Amino acid sequence: MQLLVNGETKNFDSAQTLSEVLQKLGYSGETFAVAVNGDFVPRATYEQTSLNAGDSLDIVAPVVGG
Amino acid sequence: MADKLKLYGKEFHSRLLVGTALYPSPAIMRESVAASGSEIITLSLRRQSPAQQQGKIIWDYIQESGCQLLPNTAGCKTPKEVIALAEMSREIFGTDWLKLEVIGDDYNLQPDPFGLIEAARELVQRGFKVLPYCTDDLVVCRKLLDVGCEVLMPWGSPIGTGRGLMNKYNLQTLRERLPDTPLIIDAGIGAPSQACEAMEMGFDAVLLNTAIAKAQNPVLMAESFRLAVQSGRAARNAGLMLKRQTASPSTPTLDMPFWQQTISAENGEKV
Repeated sequence: MQLLVNGETKNFDSAQTLSEVLQKLGYSGETFAVAVNGDFVPRATYEQTSLNAGDSLDIVAPVVGG
Repeated sequence: MADKLKLYGKEFHSRLLVGTALYPSPAIMRESVAASGSEIITLSLRRQSPAQQQGKIIWDYIQESGCQLLPNTAGCKTPKEVIALAEMSREIFGTDWLKLEVIGDDYNLQPDPFGLIEAARELVQRGFKVLPYCTDDLVVCRKLLDVGCEVLMPWGSPIGTGRGLMNKYNLQTLRERLPDTPLIIDAGIGAPSQACEAMEMGFDAVLLNTAIAKAQNPVLMAESFRLAVQSGRAARNAGLMLKRQTASPSTPTLDMPFWQQTISAENGEKV
């Protein structure tokens, strides 16, 4: 399954939940948040969120800002 | 007498809000924020891979700062983008405070008033405490209040320009027509004198970033802004004199010596 992760195409073996994909990508802790196809996905629902081929993930973390 | 800044039910001693971007280093940023005396700092969210460490640096600072966090939606151009980023901010930063930005023009980063109002309405319904970065348009500001914003942040001038208070007539109008609304001048402030002027005009606070971060000595500039904002606020509370067209001597004129001779001389008489 091909996903667009922060603008980059990445391949995953089979259909995955968001939780599994994040784990494979190396995200851990609670200093990031996720949107799928532009919609926010609450952390509590990562395990129930199924991803489909072509989905676009935005994974963000704190940065300085004005 | 306590003269605290009240925003969304919280009280603050400092009337200077500062951004955390553009500093030469995280250490100078931390020292500058401390020197500014600010109790509210702005932050943001950006895409990051697990390998990048900037998120951890800013996260560590957040934990120790003790400041009210004000995440922004910088760069967003549509209400949909804003809503998603706002929800992500609330989850990460654990606050429902939000500096709402909807940019309508890439050249001068002018807020999109229509997107701003639409996004503000939705965010308020979702429980956010919205502090919109807006223009100095009175009608737009009123609409933002109508949809539930309790604080407004009109621009002084476009972000990063350092041009100060670009349209004083509009800003003065806002202050006079919205006397009970906390108004924070956000963006465009380049010098402490400009921040002081905003406070003298009666604005409740000032938010800035570039003027401190890009100074040759950011820590010293942060202190300068702290003093300028305090001074301007004190001046506002003290009550400024009215401007007038003609001069008026400050030294008493009564019993001025030599005045007869002076008048005679002016009349061409021999003294």
